[in-house]
Amino acid sequence: MLLTREPLDTYRKQVRDFLVLNFYIAETNLLEVDTSLLDQGIIDSTGVLEVIGFIEETFGITVEDSELLPENLDSIERIAQYVIRKKS
Amino acid sequence: MHGPVPLLHDYLIHSARHLSEKVALVCGKRRVTYGEIEARSNAIAHHLVASGVARGDRVIIFADNTVETVVSFWAVLKANAVVCIVNPLTKRDKLRYLLNDCQPSALITDKHLYPIFKEPAEACPSLRRVIVSGSIDDAELTGLPHAVHWDAAGAAGHDAPPARSCIDIDLAAIVYTSGSTGDPTGVMLTHRNMLAACTSIASYLALREDEVILNVLPLAFDYGLYQMIMAFRTGARLVLERSFAFPAQILGLIADERATGLPGVSTIFSMLSGLKSIKEHDLSSIRYVTNTGAALPVKHIRLLQDLLPAARIYSMYGLTECKRCTFLPPEDIDRKPLSVGIAIPNTEMWIVDEDDRRVGPGVVGQLVIRGATVMRGYWGKPEATARKLRAGPLPGEQVLYTGDYCRIDAEGYLYFIGRSDEIIKSRGEKVAPKEVENVLMDIPGVREAAVIGVPDELLGQAVKAFVVIEQGRTLGEKQLQKECQRRLESFMVPKCIVIVPSLPRTDTAKLNKRALS
Repeated sequence: MLLTREPLDTYRKQVRDFLVLNFYIAETNLLEVDTSLLDQGIIDSTGVLEVIGFIEETFGITVEDSELLPENLDSIERIAQYVIRKKS
Repeated sequence: MHGPVPLLHDYLIHSARHLSEKVALVCGKRRVTYGEIEARSNAIAHHLVASGVARGDRVIIFADNTVETVVSFWAVLKANAVVCIVNPLTKRDKLRYLLNDCQPSALITDKHLYPIFKEPAEACPSLRRVIVSGSIDDAELTGLPHAVHWDAAGAAGHDAPPARSCIDIDLAAIVYTSGSTGDPTGVMLTHRNMLAACTSIASYLALREDEVILNVLPLAFDYGLYQMIMAFRTGARLVLERSFAFPAQILGLIADERATGLPGVSTIFSMLSGLKSIKEHDLSSIRYVTNTGAALPVKHIRLLQDLLPAARIYSMYGLTECKRCTFLPPEDIDRKPLSVGIAIPNTEMWIVDEDDRRVGPGVVGQLVIRGATVMRGYWGKPEATARKLRAGPLPGEQVLYTGDYCRIDAEGYLYFIGRSDEIIKSRGEKVAPKEVENVLMDIPGVREAAVIGVPDELLGQAVKAFVVIEQGRTLGEKQLQKECQRRLESFMVPKCIVIVPSLPRTDTAKLNKRALS
């Protein structure tokens, strides 16, 4: 995994790259770090499972059932922050 | 009820009269009473009429499961117009198609969907009004045709809805069926169709006024929409969420709101079965669970019985064209777990062979539905309508040829075999994908399965299966094939099995088999 001074930035970029590559996003330039993925129809029930698979594999953490919340997973920023919290 | 012959929106009017202060709708942080929904829908209805929306005009609601969507639904009916809710996951091209097909007079939508609806709305000449909720700026709003903000549209106070001019055989709604079988088609439903469906369903679900129904299904999907209508009919409470994407949140909501009813689809039960911590949640308030589409897989029945020992579990089946065909009385679920049950009250059904002759018990053929819930036809598609609606036993009446292969046992219980266009013809034999999927789902460690036919030089079509394995389990293709060989006639055993991380879904969470082929 990449090590930089600013892991948050790296995580944001990794999450964004994953989303752009794996989901249909009409206008990628409108995908901000705080865009709600559910609001924009980027992910749905099945999509969330793919995002979780990506997080677990890429960042080597386990997403607990109780963490399946929009606070942790509904935007690039929230996912990046969640990963930071889990890894600390 | 309003007068001797009710229209669909009398459900709201009646409940608002008797339960004005009761919280009818919980949506995120918002809690809205029957009285408030009545008043707001009156205001929007008057605005629609003043904007030129006339009796029989269509109004498209393109929005999420929100308070505004619920208010708009009733407002459109009160304006004597025809309501059409479009899934917010719809992409721009499909929205353009829907606007062109439906020719709506008004569009009600939300700012966050602006990139999707902007161009299609501009290109739709029938629109006389566009109402946008959310924080849209003035420049964006003025750029749209005949646009007004939601707050402005609903600003005027009105004690009563606009004068009613519809009668109950007028259209109330057009429900577009998901694109899993081709271009979306608008199912035309009259007030009478929908009132008949609600009366029938409410009777067997035994809904009560103290019900708290948790709906995560899109209101654009008739199964989701009817949760809202039924809640309002009963004077119950609807807890409305957008999706089951974040299960921990939904499970928390069940406990917080003391939800009594949980309508689900197979994806939701699959997700529940994948949660290790499911037993830690307080689900004790749930009195009933429903599923529609096909019969619940036996493993999901067992899971629900284990999680919710006191709840009634309803396996149901139907299609938008008649809302619902059958329900399995909860007390029969152990005796006939593979059946989707008996005809709903006030509906009759039978099976015909390829020569349109009725067949006896146990024989597979096409299901025909007769009853007051049968649609008026497909919007603007007379040929498609003529294929589905054909002459019934009484002069002038029409019955629904569902296009679904089913059989009925000697006790009148229906077994769904497959959609006629899904039946696989392999080695000259007919294979029902559902039958193979049932066997795959029964194998421990299998979470989901989908079976399709693929072209094969030797066999005509070959049976191909896509399987999702439960987390932490290891199962190989060969192992699955062996299990199938053990349990299925050889022509039904998948020639090819692919293990995949997830199955593609349509906008309404139904399995999207077209995406697999």
